[in-house]
Amino acid sequence: MISRFDPRRLLVGLAAPVLAVLFAFGITSLVLVATGHNPFSTLSTMLDHAAKPRNQVLIINLATTYYLSALAVAIGFRMNLFNIGVDGQYRLAAMLAAVVGGAVHLPAVIHVTLIVLTAMVVGALWAGIAGLLKATRGVSEVISTIMLNVIATGVVAYLLTPEIFAVPVAGSNNIGTKPIPASGQMPGLPLIPDTPSKVFGFIIVAAIAGAAYWVLLERTRFGFDLRATGQSESAAVASGVNVRQMIIYAMLISGAVAGLVGMPQLLGDSYQYSLDFPAGLGFTGIAIALLGRNHPVGIAIGALLWAFLDGASNILDFQGIAPEIVKIMQGGLVLSVVVAYELVRRYRLAAEQRRVGRALARTAAEPEGATA
Amino acid sequence: MARKGEGIRISSETTAPAVGADAAPAVELHGITKRFPGVVANHDIDIEVRRGTVHAIVGENGAGKSTLMKILYGMQRPDEGSIVVDGQAATFHSPSDAIGRGIGMVHQHFMLADYLTVLENVVLGAEGLHGIGAAARRRIKEISDQYGLGVQPDRMVEDLGVGDRQRVEILKVLYRGAHILILDEPTAVLVPQEVDELFANLRELKREGLTVIFISHKLDEVLSVADWITVIRRGTTVASVDPPSVTARELAHLMVGSELPVPELRESTVTDQPILQVTGLTVRSPEGRAVLEDVSFTIHRGEVLGLAGVEGNGQAELVEAIMGMRPIDTGEIVLAGKTVSAWDTRRRRDAGIGYIPEDRQRHGLLLEAPLWENRVLGHQTTRPNVKGPWIDRAGARADTRRIVSAYDVRTPGIDVLASSLSGGNQQKLIVGREMSGDPVLLVAAHPTRGVDVGAQAFIWDQLRAARANGLAVLMISADLDELIGMSDSLKVMLRGRLVADVDPQTVTPEELGSAMTGAGDSADSADSAESGEATQ
Amino acid sequence: MSATLAPGPETVSRQRLTGLTWQTTALGALGLILLLSVVRLVTGADDITSSGTTAAALGLAVPIGMAGLGGLWSERAGVVNIGLEGMMILGTWCGAWAGYHWGPWAGLVAGAVGGALGGLLHAIATVSFGVDHIVSGVAINILGLGVTQFLSVLAFEGEPGGSTTQSPPLKDFPTVSLPGLSDPLHTLEEKGWFFVSDVAGILRGLTTNVSLFTLIAVILVPATFFVLWRTAFGLRLRSCGENPGAAESLGVNVYKYKYIAVMASGAFAGIGGAFLSIVAAGIYREGQTAGRGFIGLAAMIFGNWRPAGLAAGAGLFGYTDALQLRRGGESVHALLLLVALILVAVAIWHAIRGRPKAALIAVGAAAVVFVIFIPTNSVPGQFTSFAPHLATLLVLSISAQRLRMPKADGRPYRRGEQH
Repeated sequence: MISRFDPRRLLVGLAAPVLAVLFAFGITSLVLVATGHNPFSTLSTMLDHAAKPRNQVLIINLATTYYLSALAVAIGFRMNLFNIGVDGQYRLAAMLAAVVGGAVHLPAVIHVTLIVLTAMVVGALWAGIAGLLKATRGVSEVISTIMLNVIATGVVAYLLTPEIFAVPVAGSNNIGTKPIPASGQMPGLPLIPDTPSKVFGFIIVAAIAGAAYWVLLERTRFGFDLRATGQSESAAVASGVNVRQMIIYAMLISGAVAGLVGMPQLLGDSYQYSLDFPAGLGFTGIAIALLGRNHPVGIAIGALLWAFLDGASNILDFQGIAPEIVKIMQGGLVLSVVVAYELVRRYRLAAEQRRVGRALARTAAEPEGATA
Repeated sequence: MARKGEGIRISSETTAPAVGADAAPAVELHGITKRFPGVVANHDIDIEVRRGTVHAIVGENGAGKSTLMKILYGMQRPDEGSIVVDGQAATFHSPSDAIGRGIGMVHQHFMLADYLTVLENVVLGAEGLHGIGAAARRRIKEISDQYGLGVQPDRMVEDLGVGDRQRVEILKVLYRGAHILILDEPTAVLVPQEVDELFANLRELKREGLTVIFISHKLDEVLSVADWITVIRRGTTVASVDPPSVTARELAHLMVGSELPVPELRESTVTDQPILQVTGLTVRSPEGRAVLEDVSFTIHRGEVLGLAGVEGNGQAELVEAIMGMRPIDTGEIVLAGKTVSAWDTRRRRDAGIGYIPEDRQRHGLLLEAPLWENRVLGHQTTRPNVKGPWIDRAGARADTRRIVSAYDVRTPGIDVLASSLSGGNQQKLIVGREMSGDPVLLVAAHPTRGVDVGAQAFIWDQLRAARANGLAVLMISADLDELIGMSDSLKVMLRGRLVADVDPQTVTPEELGSAMTGAGDSADSADSAESGEATQ
Repeated sequence: MSATLAPGPETVSRQRLTGLTWQTTALGALGLILLLSVVRLVTGADDITSSGTTAAALGLAVPIGMAGLGGLWSERAGVVNIGLEGMMILGTWCGAWAGYHWGPWAGLVAGAVGGALGGLLHAIATVSFGVDHIVSGVAINILGLGVTQFLSVLAFEGEPGGSTTQSPPLKDFPTVSLPGLSDPLHTLEEKGWFFVSDVAGILRGLTTNVSLFTLIAVILVPATFFVLWRTAFGLRLRSCGENPGAAESLGVNVYKYKYIAVMASGAFAGIGGAFLSIVAAGIYREGQTAGRGFIGLAAMIFGNWRPAGLAAGAGLFGYTDALQLRRGGESVHALLLLVALILVAVAIWHAIRGRPKAALIAVGAAAVVFVIFIPTNSVPGQFTSFAPHLATLLVLSISAQRLRMPKADGRPYRRGEQH
């Protein structure tokens, strides 16, 4: 009677993010109007910006990085683990991977694989500290990962000194790791026509990671255990899930994916980890995982939206609008989206109860106490 | 067991204190209707409660008693109907409105904050009366002495037993000067002796002119304490009777439309083949206190071993130790010849232990997952749920359909969320799931708690059938009738130790209750086969 | 009225929780100073007990302590507030903005109001809409950063000394000193005597040129204790964190108290933020909070959800933070010896209590620290920068399991949905 693919469910599910986007846009519009700007012309400027092929490549490349970051966060979220430490994990991982990549000369595929694996292992180990502390010592992963972020910053700063790993970056007074030779670089893909810019080749890995995430969580025993733990830890324990072990596994996997976050940039653009390597991507990942509701497709849409907003902020300056308006829009978006999802969740539960009640009332035409 | 009937008639004559018999009823409910998503919890309820009486409201689980009381206490608002208190119409927006009109409620699940003291729990929300300090402490002692409640204001609630907590709840209500007390299933967690104490307290209250509304589904108790009885069935009032004029049997008919199911086992199916052997089991809390001490017993193929004990005496810990959810300090657990002490929960389940947890919503179900995923829960390593590392969706779904029809789970489909089923249907799903895959041992904690009589009868039938097929069952229950009726052998647990063996054929609930509280050292009640163990 | 003291249950439960009394606490503090004195003499790192370090530690502890108080208010009412960082950011900006236009006192008030607005958002999301507390907190951190960045462009760009990322210089609060103490204490401190000079240095740091703002902040700690544990209002608020269903059934308006608590929480974090911009730096700068909201939260956990404990936690983090500013490499290095000594003390305590295994572990850890300490003279600057964070991590991993948070902390609560 209640089918698996209920169009109404899908509609209700889509309503939440759409409403949240409209709400956030409404708030931003108010701010714009209050500061003397026309919200519609602002929006059309932003859309014009995104229509240019060159900018589209930039948006996609940014979104690829965001996607991986959000995926790493989402793995934890599905188990009610808050890996706020993706930020530190990917920076430490990218730096050490860059060091390894710059130190060796290997056949192309093996070289790239080595770099990527190094990054995943480093990310996993760094996240694993938080997992271990939670599983054995009961330390909240929220606090420990935040502290580990700062510690990672210190460790990276320490390692990235001329005494240890750093070399001067050519043509600047910046310093960075030894550049990765051509065999360790990943060629770009000419996906967007009418522009010489290329999309990061790593986008393929990101897509595979998204698919693997879905399969792992939705189709495997391990994924079932992980989701069960997230939904009700007490029920999972009673069902035979070793929750402590799951915490460590989940943090390791999350950290390994976090290790990938720096790879599009490292393998496709900068080829070395220098002082100006992008930071703060982990926090963006949290926001996008929330936007995309931990679903691989939802996260992809969220990542594109976020990258679009980021890209557009650059153009606003020329209009005399403070580009920071985008930050307000992004923050408002996250807050309204989480509220909207919660409202929809409640509505769904109540609607389902109503429907089950109605369906049972119909069948209960035959006497009910018959089982006694 | 309604042998206290005489007492009632006397007290109902001596009622009518200062108020006068012609005064307005304490509470009148007219045409109360309350709808929830998918269900009508109450419709057209009409009740009149006379002042200075104990008025019982009976009905089976899920009949709508608790909803009605929440309405009377201002926690829910009725969709239709009116409430009249002391002759004046009342509209309650929150419990404080009800408290303001002199209504107090003792909840079935105690509403106490564990990490606060008794004093803090009592004065909360009523700080205006006597502050939160010395004056309040004096007043609490006064009330406690007046009604013989024996409450100590400075203890942490965390450290109190069930009976003590209930007395704190009653004191909380009295502290606010309530003259109408609602008690929601107050005897559910008490042994017969504690029930008698409670009833003595209630008579005391009545003598002081207070009105008590007593909600229950235990008919003997109701007949012994109530001055008037209202019966609720499927959300509406079906009868209002004078206790001396009805028998428990008639009341049962009014309540469920048929006889109540009787927990009983027929001929013994006990074999001499041990399935579960527990020897010298000791479990300590993280603070080092022994919560289980030197526990030993054996369950055979085809045997139901009942475990009696006041809540909090180690039964829950024993279940967790057997399921591998709690580390053991010393001792051995042997399942069908294999030592499983070092195995984790999953391996034990795979070896054939089924588990019906005490709290089905927290430990037995994923409430926001569909039924078929709940079928997988706890069996995520066995066919038909999985193939290798993969979840076998088709297999699990097909088997869920089998359980739904074989165990009479009332649901429109297997994709609905577990939260949208009624308690009885949730429990039938769990029983069906745990009986799947031919378990050798079933650990059943309160298997029929909070379910309607239909589901209760069905679950008992299933247990009987599985026992006949050779299942060994460890059953824990607070329902002494269930425990006595459904057990082949019965042990009593007190402060983490097994203190007595009793014969379910001959023991009465009163005797069992004595053994459970350690009263009279169980010498006269229990078969003292192992009474040497009952050192304290 | 409700101020009637109820010493009985309080002392009982506090001893239950921590086993601490005033006497043992004072004794512990003296012992710690003694240890510090030994370490100073051995290593020659004079800064570890100097008045300058103490004064800096006090100043650095204030924002952490205020964030911790914010966490306490919120979590005692059952709402986990990881949005403290965002609320603190709002406090830095609002404090600077009002402070620039109308002086430091206005800045203090504006900081509190700004933080409280963040708290209001958190309350709306978590209390009214039932959003997961951590999720909402993360969103507020993002929003707080975005809003202040945007507002800086509007308010500070073009002002003298201001830019898109910082405010013009701000007027500071007046400072006070305990009269007649500074000079004699200074003389004593200069002597370099064992223990005496250390005590003098610490006292001088705590009594000389203390900002009025700091005084206010310090007073807020006992004030919080009084309000939460000695008044009817506090009892109601705490009951919402322990068992909101019970509170509701007794007529307590749980939503109201949660709103008040979370807004107060934001206000405290905002005050901490205003301190950062007005007193600590004398200027608003983007990124000024540097995660202090989170450390405040950790200090509160370390303090077992109690005001005195969180003050101790804030003091610890403030101290490690101060050390790295004052000849950091050398001072933090000296701190290693202190850690080793404390571990030895812990080992002895375990051994006396008849726990040889725990004692051995402590001895082993002490040995490791000692081995690191001996061959080195200094700790690299990059490492001293995260000393407070590492300390947080270590302290939590040692103590987390013995702590007891409010029973319903972090659980979503909806009116009328009890059992």
